Amino acid sequence: MGSVPRTHRVIMPEQARAGEIVRVRCLIQHPMITGHSATGANTQPRNIIRTLTVSYDSRQVFRADLMPGIAANPYTAFAFRATVTGYVEFVWIDDQGERTVATRRLTVAP
Amino acid sequence: MPVDRISVRGGLMACGLRAAVVAIALLAMMAVAIAGATAAEPTDSRLTSATAFLSPELRAEQSDDLRNRGMLWVEQGEKLFAPNTPSGAAACASCHGDAKTSMRSVATRLPSVSSTTGQLVNLEGRINTCRQTRQNLPPLAYESDQLLALTAYLTHLSKGQPLAVSTEGPARVFFERGQTLWTERQGQLNLACTHCHDRNVGRKLRGDTISSAVPTGYPAYRLEWQTLGSLHRRLRACQLGVRAELFDLGSPEYLALELYLKARANGERMEAPALRR
Repeated sequence: MGSVPRTHRVIMPEQARAGEIVRVRCLIQHPMITGHSATGANTQPRNIIRTLTVSYDSRQVFRADLMPGIAANPYTAFAFRATVTGYVEFVWIDDQGERTVATRRLTVAP
Repeated sequence: MPVDRISVRGGLMACGLRAAVVAIALLAMMAVAIAGATAAEPTDSRLTSATAFLSPELRAEQSDDLRNRGMLWVEQGEKLFAPNTPSGAAACASCHGDAKTSMRSVATRLPSVSSTTGQLVNLEGRINTCRQTRQNLPPLAYESDQLLALTAYLTHLSKGQPLAVSTEGPARVFFERGQTLWTERQGQLNLACTHCHDRNVGRKLRGDTISSAVPTGYPAYRLEWQTLGSLHRRLRACQLGVRAELFDLGSPEYLALELYLKARANGERMEAPALRR
Protein backbone atom coordinates (compact mmCIF):
# COMPACT_ATOMS: atom_id res chain seq x y z
CA MET A 1 0.00 0.00 0.00
CA GLY A 2 3.00 2.26 -0.48
CA SER A 3 3.58 4.88 2.16
CA VAL A 4 -0.04 5.01 3.21
CA PRO A 5 -1.23 2.89 6.14
CA ARG A 6 -3.78 0.19 5.40
CA THR A 7 -7.20 1.78 5.20
CA HIS A 8 -9.93 0.33 7.38
CA ARG A 9 -13.43 1.39 8.30
CA VAL A 10 -15.42 0.60 11.42
CA ILE A 11 -19.03 1.66 11.84
CA MET A 12 -20.71 1.19 15.21
CA PRO A 13 -22.77 3.42 17.49
CA GLU A 14 -20.92 5.59 20.02
CA GLN A 15 -23.61 5.16 22.64
CA ALA A 16 -25.82 2.33 23.82
CA ARG A 17 -28.01 1.39 26.79
CA ALA A 18 -26.90 -1.42 29.08
CA GLY A 19 -28.11 -4.74 27.73
CA GLU A 20 -28.61 -3.35 24.21
CA ILE A 21 -27.32 -5.27 21.18
CA VAL A 22 -24.61 -3.25 19.41
CA ARG A 23 -24.25 -3.90 15.69
CA VAL A 24 -20.76 -3.51 14.21
CA ARG A 25 -19.64 -3.48 10.60
CA CYS A 26 -16.02 -3.27 9.49
CA LEU A 27 -14.03 -3.32 6.30
CA ILE A 28 -10.28 -3.48 5.70
CA GLN A 29 -8.15 -2.97 2.60
CA HIS A 30 -6.16 -6.17 2.00
CA PRO A 31 -5.39 -8.10 -1.23
CA MET A 32 -5.94 -11.51 0.45
CA ILE A 33 -3.36 -13.22 -1.77
CA THR A 34 -4.16 -16.93 -1.78
CA GLY A 35 -0.76 -18.11 -3.02
CA HIS A 36 -2.53 -20.10 -5.73
CA SER A 37 -3.18 -19.12 -9.32
CA ALA A 38 -5.25 -20.55 -12.14
CA THR A 39 -2.16 -21.59 -14.10
CA GLY A 40 -0.62 -23.35 -11.11
CA ALA A 41 2.33 -21.00 -11.04
CA ASN A 42 2.71 -19.49 -7.60
CA THR A 43 3.87 -15.99 -8.30
CA GLN A 44 3.32 -14.60 -4.81
CA PRO A 45 3.43 -16.27 -1.43
CA ARG A 46 0.18 -16.47 0.50
CA ASN A 47 -0.71 -13.35 2.41
CA ILE A 48 -4.20 -13.25 3.84
CA ILE A 49 -5.63 -11.74 6.98
CA ARG A 50 -5.59 -14.66 9.40
CA THR A 51 -7.63 -13.29 12.24
CA LEU A 52 -9.83 -10.44 13.29
CA THR A 53 -10.19 -10.24 17.05
CA VAL A 54 -12.40 -7.75 18.80
CA SER A 55 -12.18 -7.00 22.49
CA TYR A 56 -14.62 -4.91 24.52
CA ASP A 57 -13.62 -3.68 27.94
CA SER A 58 -10.48 -5.89 27.61
CA ARG A 59 -12.52 -9.06 27.04
CA GLN A 60 -12.72 -10.80 23.67
CA VAL A 61 -16.24 -10.52 22.24
CA PHE A 62 -15.64 -11.62 18.66
CA ARG A 63 -13.04 -13.55 16.72
CA ALA A 64 -12.93 -14.58 13.07
CA ASP A 65 -10.39 -16.93 11.48
CA LEU A 66 -10.24 -16.01 7.82
CA MET A 67 -9.51 -18.50 5.03
CA PRO A 68 -7.83 -18.15 1.60
CA GLY A 69 -11.20 -18.44 -0.14
CA ILE A 70 -12.39 -15.15 1.33
CA ALA A 71 -12.54 -12.20 -1.09
CA ALA A 72 -10.09 -9.31 -1.02
CA ASN A 73 -10.85 -6.35 1.24
CA PRO A 74 -12.94 -8.46 3.62
CA TYR A 75 -16.13 -7.11 5.18
CA THR A 76 -17.25 -8.37 8.60
CA ALA A 77 -20.48 -7.72 10.45
CA PHE A 78 -21.33 -8.93 13.95
CA ALA A 79 -23.02 -7.84 17.16
CA PHE A 80 -22.36 -7.89 20.90
CA ARG A 81 -24.22 -6.88 24.03
CA ALA A 82 -23.36 -3.54 25.68
CA THR A 83 -22.57 -3.77 29.41
CA VAL A 84 -20.23 -1.02 30.59
CA THR A 85 -18.59 2.09 29.12
CA GLY A 86 -15.27 1.13 27.58
CA TYR A 87 -13.09 0.73 24.53
CA VAL A 88 -13.75 -1.66 21.66
CA GLU A 89 -10.51 -2.71 20.00
CA PHE A 90 -10.28 -4.33 16.56
CA VAL A 91 -7.08 -6.15 15.59
CA TRP A 92 -6.48 -7.63 12.13
CA ILE A 93 -3.34 -9.78 11.69
CA ASP A 94 -2.12 -11.04 8.32
CA ASP A 95 0.31 -13.81 7.28
CA GLN A 96 3.25 -11.38 7.35
CA GLY A 97 2.42 -10.47 10.93
CA GLU A 98 1.21 -6.99 10.01
CA ARG A 99 -1.17 -5.72 12.69
CA THR A 100 -3.86 -3.17 11.96
CA VAL A 101 -5.59 -1.79 15.02
CA ALA A 102 -8.72 0.33 15.33
CA THR A 103 -10.23 1.54 18.58
CA ARG A 104 -13.70 2.94 19.28
CA ARG A 105 -15.19 4.11 22.57
CA LEU A 106 -18.63 2.90 23.54
CA THR A 107 -20.50 4.93 26.15
CA VAL A 108 -23.12 2.88 27.97
CA ALA A 109 -26.03 4.49 29.79
CA PRO A 110 -27.42 2.37 32.66
CA MET B 1 -56.58 -38.86 -29.88
CA PRO B 2 -57.59 -35.25 -29.98
CA VAL B 3 -54.85 -34.27 -27.63
CA ASP B 4 -52.24 -35.80 -29.95
CA ARG B 5 -53.71 -34.09 -32.97
CA ILE B 6 -53.60 -30.77 -31.22
CA SER B 7 -50.03 -31.33 -30.24
CA VAL B 8 -49.08 -32.32 -33.81
CA ARG B 9 -50.81 -29.27 -35.16
CA GLY B 10 -49.04 -27.22 -32.52
CA GLY B 11 -45.75 -28.69 -33.69
CA LEU B 12 -46.47 -27.80 -37.29
CA MET B 13 -47.44 -24.32 -36.28
CA ALA B 14 -44.24 -24.06 -34.27
CA CYS B 15 -42.29 -25.14 -37.40
CA GLY B 16 -43.99 -22.48 -39.43
CA LEU B 17 -43.35 -19.90 -36.76
CA ARG B 18 -39.70 -20.91 -36.55
CA ALA B 19 -39.31 -20.47 -40.30
CA ALA B 20 -40.91 -17.06 -40.05
CA VAL B 21 -38.64 -16.11 -37.16
CA VAL B 22 -35.58 -17.23 -39.14
CA ALA B 23 -36.74 -15.19 -42.11
CA ILE B 24 -37.28 -12.12 -39.94
CA ALA B 25 -33.89 -12.63 -38.28
CA LEU B 26 -32.20 -12.86 -41.71
CA LEU B 27 -33.95 -9.68 -42.83
CA ALA B 28 -32.89 -7.99 -39.60
CA MET B 29 -29.30 -9.09 -40.11
CA MET B 30 -29.33 -7.74 -43.64
CA ALA B 31 -30.81 -4.50 -42.36
CA VAL B 32 -28.07 -4.29 -39.73
CA ALA B 33 -25.42 -4.97 -42.38
CA ILE B 34 -26.82 -2.21 -44.57
CA ALA B 35 -27.14 0.19 -41.67
CA GLY B 36 -23.62 -0.71 -40.53
CA ALA B 37 -22.23 0.43 -43.85
CA THR B 38 -23.40 4.01 -43.33
CA ALA B 39 -24.31 4.72 -39.69
CA ALA B 40 -21.45 5.51 -37.35
CA GLU B 41 -23.39 7.47 -34.73
CA PRO B 42 -25.06 5.48 -31.97
CA THR B 43 -28.66 4.92 -32.97
CA ASP B 44 -30.04 4.77 -29.45
CA SER B 45 -29.36 7.80 -27.30
CA ARG B 46 -31.00 6.35 -24.19
CA LEU B 47 -27.98 5.20 -22.23
CA THR B 48 -28.15 3.13 -19.07
CA SER B 49 -25.46 3.04 -16.43
CA ALA B 50 -24.29 -0.51 -15.75
CA THR B 51 -25.52 -0.02 -12.18
CA ALA B 52 -28.99 -0.81 -13.53
CA PHE B 53 -27.78 -4.28 -14.52
CA LEU B 54 -26.42 -5.16 -11.08
CA SER B 55 -28.35 -7.48 -8.80
CA PRO B 56 -30.35 -5.69 -6.06
CA GLU B 57 -27.80 -6.96 -3.51
CA LEU B 58 -24.83 -5.51 -5.40
CA ARG B 59 -26.70 -2.24 -6.01
CA ALA B 60 -27.34 -1.97 -2.28
CA GLU B 61 -23.66 -2.68 -1.62
CA GLN B 62 -22.62 0.05 -4.08
CA SER B 63 -24.83 2.70 -2.49
CA ASP B 64 -23.77 1.79 1.06
CA ASP B 65 -20.60 3.81 1.62
CA LEU B 66 -19.41 1.45 4.32
CA ARG B 67 -19.73 -1.74 2.33
CA ASN B 68 -18.62 -0.20 -0.98
CA ARG B 69 -15.00 -1.33 -1.08
CA GLY B 70 -14.11 1.46 -3.50
CA MET B 71 -14.52 3.86 -0.58
CA LEU B 72 -11.33 2.44 0.94
CA TRP B 73 -9.39 4.04 -1.93
CA VAL B 74 -11.40 7.25 -1.63
CA GLU B 75 -10.41 7.51 2.02
CA GLN B 76 -6.80 6.77 1.15
CA GLY B 77 -6.86 9.41 -1.59
CA GLU B 78 -8.15 11.99 0.84
CA LYS B 79 -5.11 11.33 3.05
CA LEU B 80 -2.72 11.54 0.09
CA PHE B 81 -4.20 14.87 -0.96
CA ALA B 82 -3.91 16.34 2.54
CA PRO B 83 -1.10 18.73 3.53
CA ASN B 84 1.24 16.34 5.40
CA THR B 85 3.26 14.53 2.75
CA PRO B 86 6.07 12.49 4.33
CA SER B 87 8.59 13.35 1.60
CA GLY B 88 8.48 17.04 2.37
CA ALA B 89 7.29 17.85 -1.16
CA ALA B 90 4.52 20.36 -1.66
CA ALA B 91 1.18 18.73 -0.95
CA CYS B 92 -1.72 18.74 -3.40
CA ALA B 93 -3.67 20.76 -0.85
CA SER B 94 -1.03 23.52 -0.64
CA CYS B 95 -2.04 24.65 -4.17
CA HIS B 96 -5.58 23.33 -4.44
CA GLY B 97 -6.71 24.15 -0.91
CA ASP B 98 -9.84 22.39 0.22
CA ALA B 99 -10.47 19.79 -2.47
CA LYS B 100 -14.14 19.55 -1.50
CA THR B 101 -14.68 22.99 -3.01
CA SER B 102 -11.76 23.50 -5.42
CA MET B 103 -11.92 20.06 -7.08
CA ARG B 104 -15.66 19.54 -6.78
CA SER B 105 -16.54 19.00 -10.45
CA VAL B 106 -13.09 18.67 -12.04
CA ALA B 107 -13.57 15.00 -12.92
CA THR B 108 -16.73 15.75 -14.93
CA ARG B 109 -14.73 17.86 -17.42
CA LEU B 110 -11.83 15.46 -18.05
CA PRO B 111 -10.24 14.37 -20.33
CA SER B 112 -9.51 17.74 -21.85
CA VAL B 113 -6.81 19.22 -24.08
CA SER B 114 -3.86 20.72 -22.23
CA SER B 115 -3.25 24.33 -23.26
CA THR B 116 0.51 23.91 -22.81
CA THR B 117 1.14 20.67 -24.68
CA GLY B 118 -1.92 20.44 -26.95
CA GLN B 119 -2.33 16.83 -25.87
CA LEU B 120 -5.44 15.17 -24.48
CA VAL B 121 -5.02 14.60 -20.73
CA ASN B 122 -7.26 12.70 -18.34
CA LEU B 123 -7.40 12.84 -14.54
CA GLU B 124 -4.53 10.37 -14.16
CA GLY B 125 -2.45 12.49 -16.53
CA ARG B 126 -3.30 15.71 -14.68
CA ILE B 127 -2.24 14.21 -11.37
CA ASN B 128 1.07 13.05 -12.82
CA THR B 129 1.69 16.42 -14.49
CA CYS B 130 1.16 18.08 -11.11
CA ARG B 131 3.53 15.62 -9.46
CA GLN B 132 6.29 16.23 -11.98
CA THR B 133 6.02 19.98 -12.52
CA ARG B 134 4.80 21.23 -9.11
CA GLN B 135 5.84 18.63 -6.58
CA ASN B 136 9.08 17.37 -8.16
CA LEU B 137 7.94 13.81 -7.60
CA PRO B 138 8.12 10.87 -10.02
CA PRO B 139 4.86 10.09 -11.85
CA LEU B 140 2.67 7.38 -10.37
CA ALA B 141 2.21 4.21 -12.40
CA TYR B 142 -1.19 3.46 -13.87
CA GLU B 143 -3.14 1.07 -11.58
CA SER B 144 -0.81 1.75 -8.64
CA ASP B 145 -2.81 1.98 -5.43
CA GLN B 146 -1.71 5.58 -4.91
CA LEU B 147 -2.87 6.79 -8.34
CA LEU B 148 -6.11 4.83 -7.98
CA ALA B 149 -6.63 6.36 -4.53
CA LEU B 150 -6.17 9.91 -5.86
CA THR B 151 -8.39 9.37 -8.91
CA ALA B 152 -11.03 7.66 -6.77
CA TYR B 153 -11.03 10.52 -4.28
CA LEU B 154 -11.16 13.27 -6.91
CA THR B 155 -13.81 11.49 -8.99
CA HIS B 156 -15.87 10.82 -5.88
CA LEU B 157 -15.95 14.58 -5.23
CA SER B 158 -18.02 14.89 -8.44
CA LYS B 159 -20.49 12.20 -7.42
CA GLY B 160 -24.02 13.02 -8.55
CA GLN B 161 -22.89 15.72 -10.97
CA PRO B 162 -23.44 15.36 -14.72
CA LEU B 163 -20.58 14.53 -17.07
CA ALA B 164 -19.65 17.62 -19.07
CA VAL B 165 -16.62 17.02 -21.28
CA SER B 166 -15.92 19.33 -24.21
CA THR B 167 -15.67 18.02 -27.75
CA GLU B 168 -15.27 21.42 -29.36
CA GLY B 169 -12.19 23.34 -30.51
CA PRO B 170 -8.92 21.47 -29.93
CA ALA B 171 -10.78 18.47 -28.47
CA ARG B 172 -12.67 17.79 -31.71
CA VAL B 173 -9.87 15.84 -33.40
CA PHE B 174 -9.45 13.59 -30.34
CA PHE B 175 -13.21 13.04 -30.13
CA GLU B 176 -13.29 11.97 -33.77
CA ARG B 177 -10.35 9.63 -33.23
CA GLY B 178 -12.27 8.08 -30.33
CA GLN B 179 -15.39 7.76 -32.43
CA THR B 180 -13.41 5.97 -35.12
CA LEU B 181 -12.01 3.54 -32.55
CA TRP B 182 -15.55 2.93 -31.29
CA THR B 183 -16.80 1.88 -34.71
CA GLU B 184 -13.67 0.17 -36.03
CA ARG B 185 -13.65 -3.63 -36.09
CA GLN B 186 -10.73 -5.16 -34.23
CA GLY B 187 -9.31 -8.42 -32.94
CA GLN B 188 -9.71 -12.02 -34.01
CA LEU B 189 -13.44 -11.79 -33.28
CA ASN B 190 -13.57 -8.82 -35.64
CA LEU B 191 -15.93 -6.79 -33.48
CA ALA B 192 -16.20 -3.07 -32.85
CA CYS B 193 -17.25 -1.56 -29.52
CA THR B 194 -20.51 -0.46 -31.13
CA HIS B 195 -21.55 -4.01 -32.01
CA CYS B 196 -22.02 -4.91 -28.36
CA HIS B 197 -22.46 -1.60 -26.59
CA ASP B 198 -24.86 0.11 -29.01
CA ARG B 199 -26.71 -2.76 -30.65
CA ASN B 200 -26.88 -5.46 -28.00
CA VAL B 201 -27.22 -3.55 -24.74
CA GLY B 202 -29.12 -5.50 -22.11
CA ARG B 203 -28.49 -8.87 -23.74
CA LYS B 204 -26.31 -11.54 -22.19
CA LEU B 205 -22.65 -12.15 -22.94
CA ARG B 206 -21.82 -15.30 -21.00
CA GLY B 207 -23.12 -14.64 -17.49
CA ASP B 208 -23.01 -10.87 -17.65
CA THR B 209 -25.29 -8.22 -19.15
CA ILE B 210 -23.91 -6.04 -21.93
CA SER B 211 -23.83 -2.43 -20.75
CA SER B 212 -24.13 0.80 -22.72
CA ALA B 213 -20.48 1.56 -21.86
CA VAL B 214 -21.36 4.54 -19.68
CA PRO B 215 -18.07 5.39 -17.92
CA THR B 216 -19.54 7.24 -14.92
CA GLY B 217 -18.67 4.51 -12.41
CA TYR B 218 -14.90 4.47 -12.97
CA PRO B 219 -12.56 4.03 -11.22
CA ALA B 220 -14.72 1.09 -10.18
CA TYR B 221 -14.35 -1.84 -7.82
CA ARG B 222 -14.70 -4.85 -10.07
CA LEU B 223 -15.42 -8.18 -8.43
CA GLU B 224 -13.47 -9.98 -11.15
CA TRP B 225 -10.40 -7.90 -10.29
CA GLN B 226 -10.92 -7.98 -6.55
CA THR B 227 -9.65 -4.43 -6.52
CA LEU B 228 -10.32 -0.94 -7.80
CA GLY B 229 -9.39 -0.32 -11.44
CA SER B 230 -9.30 2.50 -13.96
CA LEU B 231 -11.45 2.92 -17.05
CA HIS B 232 -8.41 2.11 -19.20
CA ARG B 233 -7.99 -1.22 -17.44
CA ARG B 234 -11.65 -1.92 -18.22
CA LEU B 235 -11.07 -1.04 -21.87
CA ARG B 236 -8.20 -3.52 -21.97
CA ALA B 237 -10.54 -6.20 -20.63
CA CYS B 238 -12.92 -5.58 -23.55
CA GLN B 239 -10.07 -5.67 -26.06
CA LEU B 240 -8.84 -8.92 -24.53
CA GLY B 241 -12.38 -10.25 -24.92
CA VAL B 242 -12.40 -9.67 -28.67
CA ARG B 243 -8.80 -10.93 -28.87
CA ALA B 244 -7.43 -7.65 -30.13
CA GLU B 245 -3.97 -6.22 -29.63
CA LEU B 246 -4.11 -4.29 -26.37
CA PHE B 247 -3.22 -0.61 -26.15
CA ASP B 248 -1.15 0.64 -23.23
CA LEU B 249 -2.87 2.13 -20.19
CA GLY B 250 -2.86 5.89 -20.72
CA SER B 251 -2.12 5.52 -24.45
CA PRO B 252 -3.43 8.14 -26.94
CA GLU B 253 -5.91 5.53 -28.24
CA TYR B 254 -7.50 4.93 -24.84
CA LEU B 255 -7.48 8.65 -24.07
CA ALA B 256 -9.39 9.36 -27.30
CA LEU B 257 -11.80 6.53 -26.55
CA GLU B 258 -12.25 7.83 -22.99
CA LEU B 259 -13.16 11.24 -24.40
CA TYR B 260 -15.61 9.69 -26.85
CA LEU B 261 -17.24 7.53 -24.16
CA LYS B 262 -17.59 10.46 -21.78
CA ALA B 263 -18.88 12.82 -24.47
CA ARG B 264 -21.39 10.14 -25.48
CA ALA B 265 -22.54 9.98 -21.87
CA ASN B 266 -22.51 13.76 -21.28
CA GLY B 267 -25.24 14.59 -18.78
CA GLU B 268 -25.10 11.20 -17.04
CA ARG B 269 -24.49 11.45 -13.29
CA MET B 270 -21.09 10.52 -11.88
CA GLU B 271 -21.23 7.54 -9.51
CA ALA B 272 -17.62 6.51 -8.87
CA PRO B 273 -16.47 4.42 -7.14
CA ALA B 274 -19.06 2.02 -8.55
CA LEU B 275 -19.27 -1.70 -8.07
CA ARG B 276 -19.02 -3.81 -11.19
CA ARG B 277 -18.98 -7.54 -11.80
